[in-house]
Amino acid sequence: MSITILYFAWLRERTGTGIEQLVLPQGVSTVADLIAFLRGRDAAHDAAFASPLVRAAVNQVFARPETPLSPGDEVAFFPPVTGG
Amino acid sequence: MRRIRVHPDDFDVGAESAALLAACKQAGALASFTGVVRSTSAHPITALYLEHYPGMTEAALDRIAAEAESRFALLGCTLIHRIGTLEPGQNIVLVLAAAAHRQPALDATGFLIDFLKTSAPFWKKEIFPDGTSAWVFPRDGDAQAASRW
Repeated sequence: MSITILYFAWLRERTGTGIEQLVLPQGVSTVADLIAFLRGRDAAHDAAFASPLVRAAVNQVFARPETPLSPGDEVAFFPPVTGG
Repeated sequence: MRRIRVHPDDFDVGAESAALLAACKQAGALASFTGVVRSTSAHPITALYLEHYPGMTEAALDRIAAEAESRFALLGCTLIHRIGTLEPGQNIVLVLAAAAHRQPALDATGFLIDFLKTSAPFWKKEIFPDGTSAWVFPRDGDAQAASRW
C-alpha cells in the first residue's frame, strides 16, 4: 500500500509535481525521513526541500518532522500559508 | 449557524449579511471584515493568484469557526474565501460574525481573520506588470496578530 504526496505553491513549481503515489521505502517512517528520501531522488526535489520554509501536513493536519507515516497516508508539502 | 465556502466566484457582502442575520434571529450585532486585492504605486500588481489545499482548507476553516463560536458565544459566522486569479480591487475574503452584542461580534471577526491568515492552507502569488510573478511570504505581523488571542 502506498502513500499519496501532494505539493502546493512553489513546492509544486520547483519539484515539477502536483501529486504522486509512492510505496513507502524501507526505513522511511516519519515526515523527516520522507523529505530525506525525496531530496535524494533528484536535483529538483533536493533544491525545493533545501528551503527552511517547507511545511507539511499528514492526512490534512499540520505535521512536524517527527510525525510518523503509515501506508495510506496523504502527505502534503507547502510553504507557510498566506491566505486572507 | 456556520457558513463556510471556498470558491472562485465573488460574494455580495449585503446578501451574505442578510442571510446570516436571517439565520440568527437573536443577534443584536453583526461585524464584518472584507479583504481586497491591493495594488499600490510603490508595489503595483496586475493580479493575485490564490491556491489552496482542497479538503484541508475547509476542515481548517471549520475548526477556526468552531473555536470562535465557543470563545465569543457567537450566534453564527460566515467565512468565504475566493481562489483563482483576482484583480486589484476585487474581494478576496469575507468574515461575518453575529452575536448578541457588539464586543463579541467585533472580537470574533478579528480572531477569525487573524487565524485564517495563519492556519488555513491558502497561498498567494503576485503577478507584476512586467509579467513576472512571485509567491507571497507571510509577514511577521501575521503571527503576532494571531498570538494576541
